[in-house]
Amino acid sequence: MSSTSTAAAVAETPQRLRGRDAVQQHIGKKMSGAEIFLHALEAEDARVVFGHPGGAVIHVYDEMARVKPNFQHVLVRHEQGGTHAAEGYAKATGQVGTVLVTSGPGATNTVTGIADAFMDSVPIVVFTGQVPMPLIGNDAFQETDTLGVTRSITKHNYLVRAPDEIPRIVHEAYHLARTGRPGPVVVDLPKDVLMAEGVFQFDEEIRMRGYSVPDECDEIRLRRAVRMLEKSQRPLLYVGGGTINSNAAEVLTEFARHLNIPVTTSLHGLGAFPEDDPLSLGMLGMHGMWWANQAVQHADLIIAVGARFDDRVTGMVDRWAPHAAVIHIEIDKSCISKNIYADLAFNADVKSVLERLRPLVNPKKVKRWLNKIQDWRDECPLTYADDGELRPQYVLERLRAKSGGDAVVCTDVGQNQMWAAQYLKFTQPRSHITSGGLGTMGFSLPAALGAGFGMRAYGIDKTVISINGDGGFMMNAQELAVASAHGIPLKVVIMNNNFLGMVRQWQELFHENRFSHTDLTDTNPDFVQLARASRCVALRANRPDQVEDVIEKAWEINDRPVVMEFRVVKEEMVFPMVPAGKSSDEMITSRHAPETFV
Amino acid sequence: MNDEAITLTPQQLIRKRAAGEPVEPGAPPQAQQHIINVLLENSMGALIRVVNMFSARGFNIDSVTVGVTDDPTVSRMCIVTRGNDRVISQIIRQLNRLVDTIEVDDVTGTDFVERELCMIKVRCTGDKRSEVLQINEIFRGRVVDVTRDILALEIVGPTRKVDAFVNLMRMHGIEEVARSGRVAMQRAPQPTRGEI
Ligand SMILES: Cc1ncc(C[n+]2csc(CCOP(=O)(O)OP(=O)(O)O)c2C)c(N)n1
Ligand SMILES: [Mg+2]
Repeated sequence: MSSTSTAAAVAETPQRLRGRDAVQQHIGKKMSGAEIFLHALEAEDARVVFGHPGGAVIHVYDEMARVKPNFQHVLVRHEQGGTHAAEGYAKATGQVGTVLVTSGPGATNTVTGIADAFMDSVPIVVFTGQVPMPLIGNDAFQETDTLGVTRSITKHNYLVRAPDEIPRIVHEAYHLARTGRPGPVVVDLPKDVLMAEGVFQFDEEIRMRGYSVPDECDEIRLRRAVRMLEKSQRPLLYVGGGTINSNAAEVLTEFARHLNIPVTTSLHGLGAFPEDDPLSLGMLGMHGMWWANQAVQHADLIIAVGARFDDRVTGMVDRWAPHAAVIHIEIDKSCISKNIYADLAFNADVKSVLERLRPLVNPKKVKRWLNKIQDWRDECPLTYADDGELRPQYVLERLRAKSGGDAVVCTDVGQNQMWAAQYLKFTQPRSHITSGGLGTMGFSLPAALGAGFGMRAYGIDKTVISINGDGGFMMNAQELAVASAHGIPLKVVIMNNNFLGMVRQWQELFHENRFSHTDLTDTNPDFVQLARASRCVALRANRPDQVEDVIEKAWEINDRPVVMEFRVVKEEMVFPMVPAGKSSDEMITSRHAPETFV
Repeated sequence: MNDEAITLTPQQLIRKRAAGEPVEPGAPPQAQQHIINVLLENSMGALIRVVNMFSARGFNIDSVTVGVTDDPTVSRMCIVTRGNDRVISQIIRQLNRLVDTIEVDDVTGTDFVERELCMIKVRCTGDKRSEVLQINEIFRGRVVDVTRDILALEIVGPTRKVDAFVNLMRMHGIEEVARSGRVAMQRAPQPTRGEI
């Protein structure tokens, strides 16, 4: 192994110091496991806990009422919403999100959110109640093998066996969630452990001999990277969400501008490099920009930064970037050479590698390459019909104009997600939050709720926008009531095409217009009434000329969530598109040109 | 698909070679057997996580053994698996990624000793019995239990030797076989002349 920084070397951020100070007074005192648990959360500076009570954790809730810990507990209305809220909180603030649920159904309801966080490298810690230790394995009431169920969708999981173990395990859980490639950690808390008495201790040091954060970035690698860059005539930066997780957006932006190299991002990379920069090619992949995919297919060097070559990015891997040597900067070694072989790999933190590489490289003279890319842009621009119908792309452009890019946008899954990625032009890290890896419908609203609480907890003054499809919105609509109860001023957009639009698109393109079970016209609720019933302000636009007005009104409201329903045309499609399993140079660019545009 | 007809770019050739995939069109996929030793935390959860990772990611397990080491908090697994270079490197990286794994070592291609233990019950009497005992002798096996018509034998050796022994016993009527799976250990490096 090359040099690795030991896991014990935790930076003493102000937050963590704040957390430790808060618990000094409790150290060495006897108390219940439940109270130990609350102080352990305080020690991690968990400012917001998204939770739902139940029998197995009732003692925790009881102690919460008695002890009054210094974090805010938010009662979500479904545990899945709780996990997505924790994800939104984590992605918007860069801090670890926290969830607390009961055993059995409480725990199983979190599974989708945990799987989502695992795929998208989101740092959350989920605390699940468990039946008392002596009952485990007896098919007790509300017993689920939570460790078994979550094993393959967590970075790690724990069963706590004694109250004295709680602070160490909680500390390790946050450390694991936050460091290296971030991810979800589950901690299962049996009821008898919460009820038993123990002593609260807090030890800053982490002792995990099997876990360390890699730092493979030596002179030899750096010099090779410099040589590859010098040799290249058609270089391209391919930037993923790892760049944002590493807080490296600024460093990356400076790096790309200094080198004068074009940048394309994955869905999760959006915001890592400002899309209004001339070097930005926008998103690549299945619904990425045609010119970005063309650049990939013609590049002779791709520098992948905190990205994992997902199949939605590469399409058919054998045909992806056939001329490009690959430099891969990635914290998770298992992502290196998994889908695309890396000719040179830095298994290390993105930011630290870019910082070390930056002084060694000189600006590239690649005028011809940039001109070529400009030609591709002109050849096949991103467009939609301007025919008086209400189209989602127009709504997004108006939203972008209003928010000025200075907002946190959570998107759902489907067409709405892809249009948002294409049209919102992200310029800041942590301004775009979506479910990319798992593609979880129902993600946006609770994620926005969590982001809203995150803004509040860390005093960040940004509007939080939630973009939804009419299908996905219904999957976690219950969380609207939570947003209004706490006066979180979310701007909730429903792109109502009365269809499971993305599935409809596939049915039209690949299944001969058999719209099997995707038409929601007769089953959708009246969204305006639904929103009002949840004590939100509700607005609706049916025509393009009403859009501006709706948005203006929505932005005037600051004490409550606003739901804006836009009744958009149902036939609109997301283009361009690489059909699943096809190569990146086989993009469909319009409904009328299904014979691929090469 | 006529993909094979498309000539590969130099970069595509590099990728295929690195993955251990055949470069010639139509060539069969290559997979080698690898023996991987894993040191991990000595807990139930750690063991299951390792095995679960193999099934969750669709990797092969030919055999797996586990036991505690001289340090009671550490256990050691020996996993026999197969795949091309890309798959094997993925397996090793995914193993390393688990929080409970302390060390992962692919001993394949190094100088190592491997052993497997096999206990076998054979039904035999009279002449057949002496024949079985003779074979047992040749394989340096041990008799661990005898009854009127059953011999229980134990042999230890490299898996190939155990395979050969089990095959020979087949014609004598095997009652029961228990094999431990392989364990492997790298030889200590030989001191070079200069060092002596
Ligand atoms: C939980 C879940 N179920 C099913 C799917 C499959 N799926 C992907 S997009 C989509 C349609 C989404 O419809 P809607 O929310 O109205 O968004 P639109 O595509 O119309 O913008 C479906 C069903 C999914 N991604 N997630
Ligand atoms: Mg829809």
